[in-house]
Amino acid sequence: MSAVGHPVRRCVGRSLLYLALVVITVTTVLPFVWMFFTSLHHKDAQLPTIDNLFTPEGGYHFGNYEYVLTFGELPVWRFAVNSCVVTCGVVVFQLTLCSLAAYGFARLRFRGRDAVFFVFLLTMMIPAQVLVVPLFAIVRNFGWLDTYWGLIIPYPYLSTAFGTFLLRQFFLTVPRSLDDAARLDGCGDLRIFWHVILPSAKPALATVGAFAFIWTWTDFYWPLLASSSTTMRTLEVGLSVFSDAYAGTMWALQMTAATIVLIPVLIFFLGMQRFFVRGIVQSGIKG
Amino acid sequence: MNTHQRTNWRGYAFIAPATIYLVIFSLLPIVFAGYMSLHRWHLLKPDKPFVGLANFQTLAADPFFRNAVFNSFVYAIASVPLGVVTSLAVALLVTRRLRGVGVFRTLFYIPGICSQVAISMVWIWILLPETGLINYCVGKVNGWIAGAGLADSGLIPTTTNFLQEPGWAMAALVAMSLWIGLGPRMIIFVAGLQNISEELYEAASLDGCTGAKSFWHITLPQLAPTTLFVTVTTTIAAFQLFTPVYMMTKGGPQRTTDVVLYHIYKEAWQKFELGMASAQSYVLFAMIVLIAAVQLWLMRGGLATEEAR
Repeated sequence: MSAVGHPVRRCVGRSLLYLALVVITVTTVLPFVWMFFTSLHHKDAQLPTIDNLFTPEGGYHFGNYEYVLTFGELPVWRFAVNSCVVTCGVVVFQLTLCSLAAYGFARLRFRGRDAVFFVFLLTMMIPAQVLVVPLFAIVRNFGWLDTYWGLIIPYPYLSTAFGTFLLRQFFLTVPRSLDDAARLDGCGDLRIFWHVILPSAKPALATVGAFAFIWTWTDFYWPLLASSSTTMRTLEVGLSVFSDAYAGTMWALQMTAATIVLIPVLIFFLGMQRFFVRGIVQSGIKG
Repeated sequence: MNTHQRTNWRGYAFIAPATIYLVIFSLLPIVFAGYMSLHRWHLLKPDKPFVGLANFQTLAADPFFRNAVFNSFVYAIASVPLGVVTSLAVALLVTRRLRGVGVFRTLFYIPGICSQVAISMVWIWILLPETGLINYCVGKVNGWIAGAGLADSGLIPTTTNFLQEPGWAMAALVAMSLWIGLGPRMIIFVAGLQNISEELYEAASLDGCTGAKSFWHITLPQLAPTTLFVTVTTTIAAFQLFTPVYMMTKGGPQRTTDVVLYHIYKEAWQKFELGMASAQSYVLFAMIVLIAAVQLWLMRGGLATEEAR
């Protein structure tokens, strides 16, 4: 859209646009700013308001982080380890399943391929939360409750179909001449998949992995049900226990815990952000 | 034909892991939920008698379940149109050719990727009476009004306990959903906007069609598939609201935020009635499918008329 207008009018228009952007930014970021600075107040201090948020009595105070991380009743380090194990497990597991299937759908011909692919797409329509009750019963029968298996394998929110679809779309854009060259060198499908397709699909793999990471790390409903002992809780569930324990009190401690849970996600997102955007553009949401 | 025959079985081998996985953890649960919904299936009782459609009959007559369905509809009707319109507006803003606009896109996306438990904790503060962010701002506004001599201070109460007042609690959940969902929806709109060919705008501007006119005649029709996608996914998500309710209201006050998924959660994990919870899950599933189908059908009509023009 080429804006050709009077320079003054253009300048005013531009300032208004920036003003709007800044207002939205403030509403988006202010809660996080408040969260972080509240965590720097003394744990016994009163709930800070905007007036004294940045100037706590007695200066900034980092003791809350030590307090929360060494908190006796809730092993925060254990929660963090659990979150890492579960998230990495889900990412590796989903990437393996999705990329193999995507290769099959994108490169090989076999009977019923399109029908099976259609069923894959249909499962994307099933709301994950609806699956939770029967999944719980199934996982219980497997004896997987309160184990890493139960937290990783039946991940109902992470749509395997979504990952397969996204990777298939990307694999289709990899030139077939690369496959043919490898085939002439005597490579089988598995080696073409490993040495040709996967290396050229790194950005797509990063996108699927990034979404899987964020969804799993921040998921609440499934780990809340699938874990029952304190030592199997993830950070997200541990945080809710923490929040319930202090309902409406000890704001500095609560916000310290919230900050500890949010920081890894934020760092991960800022590092990987281009893959999030790319993934959405690539999944071809054009209708 | 030879290669076709040869690669055939390998294809099955490649898709087998994902297919088996989806059958066990996606299709089987749906079937199994149907089976459970026909039984009186208590988590802790070994005896699980077949009861036919009794669970569904109980549900149809259960005022609390109907209330939960009603609440879910209220939440969806309030949050979906607002969510779609606000994120489209912001998408239009961040697709302008402005310096640093990419930074804003990233910033707006942040609430969407964050832990909802942590976000809920912060929102509990935002909504507190007197000391919360909203009431603090209301207090400031009161101060300005009084300072300007327009009225006495305390014009607007700053004691509203948003999470404890029927009506306000639901409004708070809707506001929070707008805040969380803004970025993810915006990015999809941005992708859609970038797919619209520049030539369309150039051709239209030759005909004197610019500004608001070009928005109505080019942007919106071209964006129809994206809008449809965003609307349907936002609706599906709205019917699956859970974490903020669990963290902030526990379904209260007076059951005004007791939405279907939270109701199912209580049925299954507080009363341990998994059979009944499965029946409720099926009703939720049917509702979501039906609403998505209606939206697709309505919007398809819209798409067709746009094309006919």
